[in-house]
Amino acid sequence: MPTSIQTTGRTSWRPYWRILVAGFRRQSTYRLAALGGLIANTTFGLLKVAILFATVRAAGGDLNGYDIGTISAYIWISQGLLGSVNLNGRSDIATRIKDGGIVVDFLRPLSVQAASVATEVGQSIFALIPRGLPTVSIGVLVVGMNVPSAASGYLLGALSLLLGIVVSATTVYLVAAAGFWLVETRGLQILYMVVSGFFAGLFVPIDLFPNALRIVAECTPFPSMLMYPVDVLSGRVVGMDALGLVGLQVLWLVLTALAGHLMTRAGRRKLEVQGG
Amino acid sequence: MADPTSPLVTLTRPYRAVLSSRIRSQRSYRANFTIDLVSSLLVGIVELAEVGVLFLNVDRLGGLEFTQILIVFGLADLAFSVADLAFGHCDNLPTYLRAGTLDVFYLRPQPLLLQLITSNISLRRLARAMVGLASLVTGLVLADVDWSFAAVALLLVSALSGIATFAAMFVWAAGAQFFLIDGAEATNAFVYGGRYAASQPASVWNRPLKVVFGFFFPMAFTAYLPTVTLLGLPGTDLMPSWLGWCAPLAAIFTWAMALLSWRIGVRHYRGGGG
Amino acid sequence: MSTDTAIIETRELGRDFKVRDGVRRRTLTAVDDLSVCVGAGEAVGYIGANGAGKSTTIKMLCGILVPTRGSVTTCGLRPVADRRELARQVGVVFGQRTQLWWDLPVRESFTILAAIHGLGRTAETARTEELVDRLELAEFLGTPVRQLSLGQRMRAEVAAALLHSPRLVILDEPTIGLDVLSKQRLREFLVAERTVHGTTLLLTTHDMGDVERLCDRILLVDRGRLVWDGTLAGLSRTVGAQRVLVVDLAASTPDLVDVPSTQHLGSEGGGLRQRLAFDPDTTTAAKVLAAVSERVEVLDLAVEEPDVEDVVRRVYAARR
Repeated sequence: MPTSIQTTGRTSWRPYWRILVAGFRRQSTYRLAALGGLIANTTFGLLKVAILFATVRAAGGDLNGYDIGTISAYIWISQGLLGSVNLNGRSDIATRIKDGGIVVDFLRPLSVQAASVATEVGQSIFALIPRGLPTVSIGVLVVGMNVPSAASGYLLGALSLLLGIVVSATTVYLVAAAGFWLVETRGLQILYMVVSGFFAGLFVPIDLFPNALRIVAECTPFPSMLMYPVDVLSGRVVGMDALGLVGLQVLWLVLTALAGHLMTRAGRRKLEVQGG
Repeated sequence: MADPTSPLVTLTRPYRAVLSSRIRSQRSYRANFTIDLVSSLLVGIVELAEVGVLFLNVDRLGGLEFTQILIVFGLADLAFSVADLAFGHCDNLPTYLRAGTLDVFYLRPQPLLLQLITSNISLRRLARAMVGLASLVTGLVLADVDWSFAAVALLLVSALSGIATFAAMFVWAAGAQFFLIDGAEATNAFVYGGRYAASQPASVWNRPLKVVFGFFFPMAFTAYLPTVTLLGLPGTDLMPSWLGWCAPLAAIFTWAMALLSWRIGVRHYRGGGG
Repeated sequence: MSTDTAIIETRELGRDFKVRDGVRRRTLTAVDDLSVCVGAGEAVGYIGANGAGKSTTIKMLCGILVPTRGSVTTCGLRPVADRRELARQVGVVFGQRTQLWWDLPVRESFTILAAIHGLGRTAETARTEELVDRLELAEFLGTPVRQLSLGQRMRAEVAAALLHSPRLVILDEPTIGLDVLSKQRLREFLVAERTVHGTTLLLTTHDMGDVERLCDRILLVDRGRLVWDGTLAGLSRTVGAQRVLVVDLAASTPDLVDVPSTQHLGSEGGGLRQRLAFDPDTTTAAKVLAAVSERVEVLDLAVEEPDVEDVVRRVYAARR
């Protein structure tokens, strides 16, 4: 393979790919943790099945557009994504910004933001193997659920899922980057944790929310992390509507990534001026 | 020394000393404490909202109306939050094990489990307990409760038993952590999954769920069953209406299981780990 | 030594661990056939390489680990069965893990520990004052533990472990990471504590200065087995380690290469100071000194003990 000579200012993708792979590998050492996560995901899944199936039946089989098959798909896909989508607001980079280790990261010829997001995404993609796929399989085998009927649905679903993972990483990065100015980001992180799950539609699909609350949720990046990928992957939303959701995800990705970029630049300048 | 001290005062002195220092320390970081209180309040509200949203779309769930489910949610969340306040830090055992801080407990002349339980307290959970209490009171006012001495006794006994049951769940999980360490999330399935289950009407569960969260981890006894008994509602499969009176038995059973789990865990730590 | 006064007594003590080696499980022996008796008031250095079984032994002495074989009594008690009673009589300093509350001022940690050990008001005040004074803690008594320097924290840890006036104090790597002055202070304190209260000391360390200054007996372990129990000098002798006589002479003298039973190691200042190694089994410092004095006037002298690390290295090398 010919080695490309990098010129300053133009960065290659390779280091980020390496970082992503390293994040993936690191997770693979925590097998017991993954098993524990799978048990937790499945148990919560079964409890959600009980209460949400009962709700669909109480609503006469049609709960605001959800039937048994689609609500089951919603439950198991969202439970499966739980290990991959960051809904707790914690990240390694937050610690590094807080304890000043970030200064070392700035010395590397890499974008701090991109490297951090790549690490998180690598770990998240790995988590699909021991947690995501088994959880969904259990749902399919034990309870049964709707799946997309066409191959295009799977393709768009995979893209939507990947976008969801990346949007959660770029948004969590914003929480961490606030640490350039705040002494303590724990409050922000906790706020993220409390709000994200609810607005991402983790316990109740946002289509069941009262209108005002649903609009509030749609004004945040959280539905892009979980709700939209679930809707696309389960085939509940198809065709142009599905493309629309993916478009929204891309929009949130651009917005959060841009915000993170600006915050990183300003934060770096602040460190340079104040000497850390 | 001349001061007349009762044996109880002497006996509890070590625990009081640790706990009061924890309380002082939490209150001294005022800004943090406020954030913690607010976020804990938000957690309670969001959880209540998750239940409430379902009732926007249906009138009844598992045979209960919204005002009735408020009692179930209130009892469950109140009991869980209080137990979490006093026992929740038992979740930190894996951290203690990795850092070797548990060894320090061995060097003190008190029972290990009591030391672990009294090593901390999370005052912030009070905010969440308030959400549970508010939900419970609202439910009791709005639902059609046939008030009597027995009804009040049932409520009090159930609330106390519920707290004890959830507390035992934390201890049970801590015992299991000695084996799991990295796999601590597995116990979360039953401790935090248990809280989620407790706030549901058990009538929506299938038989396997009833066995696991109705009886083995007796979550239904903390809120749903006492509510059914209180309101005089018909029971469901495996769960007759009078079962709500048995909450204390459920608490005793869970504690027996918790203490057994702790004993086995400690024995494993002394014998196997290193 | 009679059993009545024994503070630590182990008989054929052994401890195995099951470790996972991929799929297979194998047994690893951390301590084997350890029989030791430590009397009241002794100061014992427990030394050996990392993984030689020192921490495992300490954990068995405190009741944290159950022995696989043999028996152990500490302060006349069975460590596992009588753990709570034993906790009142033993103080342990783990160099790596803290017994203090990191977010509280040092003083408050002492108050809590006094409550934990059930000290009366008078005893608490007297003992705290004594420790604060002798360990020089006064200047940072009101500082939260997390803000202390390593040296300060270590002194506070030692005070915390000794607050209840234990009969036996076990120190696991007490001077690790400390600067020279802090080490010195800590050692002086331990010597004084032993003299004043007759406390028994058992310390594991990699710092041979600790052993030389604090211990009158050493236990050397290698791969879980006791390979030496006795004085440091005795150990040096068994491995043929030599002592060195350093003499300051009145006049410049040619190298003293032919003093009987010695080996000339070197000269400084044009022969004003010379170093002669000798084997304590074949001659004595007095004889060597006499031989030197016959030739030239000796102004001053010093006898250097063999370097402990060197001795340990020799023991290990001889056993491999």
